[in-house]
Amino acid sequence: MTPPRPEPADDAHGAHDAPVSVELTGITKEFPGTLANDRVDLTVRRGEIHALMGENGAGKSTLMSILYGMLRPDAGTVRVDGREVAFASPGDAMAAGLGMVHQSFKLFDSLTVAENVVYRAEPRRYGLVDRAAARRRVTELAAAHGLSVDPDARVGDLPVGVRQRVEILKLLHRGARTLILDEPTAVLTPAEADALFGVLRSLTDEGRTVILVTHKLREVLEGSDNVTVLRDGRVVARLRTADTTADEIASAMTGRAVELDRVHAPGSPGDEVLTVSGLATDGVRDAGLTVRAGEIVGIAGVAGNGQSELVEALAGLRAVTAGRVTLSGHDITHASAARRRLAGLAYVPEDRHAVGTAPAASVADNLAMGHHRTALSRKGVLAPKAVREHARALIGRFGVKASSPQVAASALSGGNLQKLLIGRELAHEAPLLLVEQPTRGVDIGAVQHIHDQLIAYRDAGHAVLLVSAELSEIRGLADRVLVMYEGRIVASYPKNEADERTLGLAMAGAAPDPAPSARKGA
Amino acid sequence: MFDSDLVLSALRALTPILLAALGGALCERAGVFNIGLEGMMLMGCFTAVATSWFTGSPWLGVLAAALAAAAYSLILAVGAVTLKGDAVVLGVAMNLLAVGLTSFLLRTVFGVQGTFDDPDLLGLTEIAGFSPLTWLSWAAVGVAAVLLSRHAWGLRLRGVGEAPDAAATLGVSPTKYKYGAVLVSGVLCGLAGAQLALGNVTLFSENMTAGRGWIAVVAVMLGRALPLGVLLAALLFGLAEAAGFRLQGLGLPQQATDAAPYVVTLIALFLTTARRRRTTGASA
Repeated sequence: MTPPRPEPADDAHGAHDAPVSVELTGITKEFPGTLANDRVDLTVRRGEIHALMGENGAGKSTLMSILYGMLRPDAGTVRVDGREVAFASPGDAMAAGLGMVHQSFKLFDSLTVAENVVYRAEPRRYGLVDRAAARRRVTELAAAHGLSVDPDARVGDLPVGVRQRVEILKLLHRGARTLILDEPTAVLTPAEADALFGVLRSLTDEGRTVILVTHKLREVLEGSDNVTVLRDGRVVARLRTADTTADEIASAMTGRAVELDRVHAPGSPGDEVLTVSGLATDGVRDAGLTVRAGEIVGIAGVAGNGQSELVEALAGLRAVTAGRVTLSGHDITHASAARRRLAGLAYVPEDRHAVGTAPAASVADNLAMGHHRTALSRKGVLAPKAVREHARALIGRFGVKASSPQVAASALSGGNLQKLLIGRELAHEAPLLLVEQPTRGVDIGAVQHIHDQLIAYRDAGHAVLLVSAELSEIRGLADRVLVMYEGRIVASYPKNEADERTLGLAMAGAAPDPAPSARKGA
Repeated sequence: MFDSDLVLSALRALTPILLAALGGALCERAGVFNIGLEGMMLMGCFTAVATSWFTGSPWLGVLAAALAAAAYSLILAVGAVTLKGDAVVLGVAMNLLAVGLTSFLLRTVFGVQGTFDDPDLLGLTEIAGFSPLTWLSWAAVGVAAVLLSRHAWGLRLRGVGEAPDAAATLGVSPTKYKYGAVLVSGVLCGLAGAQLALGNVTLFSENMTAGRGWIAVVAVMLGRALPLGVLLAALLFGLAEAAGFRLQGLGLPQQATDAAPYVVTLIALFLTTARRRRTTGASA
C-alpha cells in the first residue's frame, strides 16, 4: 500500500550523521494548571520523515506551536539549521525555512489555487500581480513534486486531498526546507494517504525534512524514519521506525499495554429495526439500508460524501425529499426528532460540542437532556434529586471523569465529554442507536472503553448504525460495512470481506463490484 | 420621459451613492460589514459646508470632509476590529450619532436650525458638465477594480476578508488591512458627503443624506462588492432618483416621488435574495 521506496540500507534517510535541521532543547511551557511541555528535546535530521506522536494533550501541538513561532517557550532553545532562533511569529519561522500544514487547512476558498499559493509572495509585473507567472510557478512546482493540481481552479471547489496539495505547494513556493504536517491524513482515503507519503518521500529525497504530527500508527510505521513519543508533556520514547512495533509505540503513548485494532466477534442479528429505502435528501441519493437488532452496521467513507447528511436525515434534523424510513415498523420518514426518539431512536452526533451537548450547562443537566420528559420529572416539573441521581449513576457506569456533576460540560476533556454523550444516549436503551465518529479526537484508552460499550449495547440486542472515518474502527466493530461515495451507498460488505484495500477502493469511488446487495437494501 | 437629460441627472444623483458604496465594498471585501456609511457621509456634508464657509475654499471643504469622515470611521475600526464589537450595532450607532452631532453643530456653529443656506457659501464648480468629484468617483471605480483584482494589496485584502486566520499564518495582518479598508471607506464617504453638500446642492440641512448611505449599503450587496457591480447598482438608484424628480414635474406628489429610490431598493433586494436562494438551492 505504501509507495515503493528503497529500503533504507541503514541510514539512507535521516542518517545519524546527516546535519540537524531542527533541534529543540529543554523546551518547557506551562499553561495555568498544566505543564504542556516539560524539558522536551527533539532532534530532527535533514532528509528524514520524523513522526511526533502522542495522545491528545500530550503536548505535540504546544511543541509545534513553539517551533513555528506561535508560542514562546518558558525555557529552552530552538535551533534551525544550527542557528539559535527566537521566532516572534510564523512569518519569522517561514523566513527561516520552516513551513506548516495545519490540520484545519488555512486556505482561501474563493481564490484560485495560484492565488492561494503565491499569497503574500506574489510575483509582480508593473506593480501588479503577475498572474501568468503565478500560474507557471504553480505548474512547475506541481510537476516537480508530483502534486498535480489545476492552478486556475477555485480552492473551494476542490476535494480535500487536492487542497492539501495546495497547502504543500504554498510552502514549497516559499522555499520551505522543513515541512511540519499536523495530522495530514485525517481527511484522506488510504490511497490518498499513500500518495501523500510518496510526495513526502520525494521531498526528503531532495534534502528537505518532514515532521509529521500524528496519532495514526500505521502511517508512522510505514512512512517515517524516526519516532518521538510524547506523554504528559515529556518525551517518553525515541525510536527508529525500522526497529519498533505498533504495540511498542502505543504502549509508550498510553503508558500501558494496549490491544490495538481489536476485531470484535460478530453479533447475532435478529429482526429488522431500521429500514431505509430510496432515501434522498440534500447530498444523499437513493440510499437503502437495513439495520437489525443485535447488529452494528458501519458506514465508511471519506468525510463529505453524504454520511453526515444521511444520519441527520435519519435523526430528523434534515428534511427527506424522497424515500421511506421505518423504525420498528413505524413510518418515521417525516417525523420530528422528538417523535423519532419516542419511536426508539438514540443519537450520538458527530459534533459533540455544538450538537451533542450544551457546553455551558452542567454535567448533570447534560446527562438529563432527553431523559427530562420521562424518568426525571413529576407532572412536567424536573425533580432535582432524580436529576442528580441519574447523573451520578451514569458518571459511574460510563467512567466519566468530572470533579462534580455540577461543573460545566465545557470543563471536561474531549474523551470525557464523549463518554458523557455516549452514556446519555445508551441509557435510553433505545432499539436503534445512530452514532457518528464515536472516537474522533479521543485517546486510545477511552477508545477501547467506548468500543466495549458499543459492543455490549449490540450484544444486548440493540441495533447500531455507526458512521466513522476511521477504517480500523469500522472494521473492528461493524458486522456489515456500507461505503458511501458522492452521496450514494456504493458498496456493502460482510465483516469478513471488509478488508482495508477493498474499503479504500470503494471509498475512492472505485468499488470493484457495483454492490447489487446495497441496492436491494443490503 | 426617458431621454439624455434623465441620464445626465441620474449620473449626478448617483455620485454620492457610488463613492459611499465603493467604500462599503472595500470593507465588505476585508470582512467588515459597514453600515455606518450614512453617518460618515453626513459628517462629510457638514464638514464640507463649514470648511468652505469659513475658508472660502470648497476644495478645502472637500479635503476636510474626507479627513473628518475618516476620523469618524475610526469608531468602526476600533470598535469592530480591535475591540471585536458587533459591526452592525456600531454602524447604527454611528448613523444616529451623526444626525445628532451635525444638528447640534449646525445650531452652535451657524446658529440656525434645519438648514444653513447662504449665497456666499461656495460650492464646487463643474468641469466639463460634471462635478470634479463625479469624475473622481468614476476614476475610483477603475482604480478599485484594478486594485482589488490585480494588485497584491487587493489579493491580500480579499484573503483577509475571507479567512483572516489563513492570512495571519502567512504573515499578513488582518487588523492592518481591515483598518485600511475602513479608513478608505471613511475618506470615500467624506467625498460623497462633500459632493452632496457642495456639488448636488450648496447647503447643509439636518439629515440631508436622507438614506443615501443605506442605499449604498444595498448597492454593495446588489453589486456583490465588485466595483463594477457597485457602479451598476448605484446607476440603478441614480436613475430612480432622477425619475422621481421627473415624475414630480408631471404632477405626482413629492412624497410619493421621493420614495422612488427606496422602492427600487426594496424591489432589488427581493429579487436578489430570491435569485440567491435559487442558486444556492441548486448548488447544494
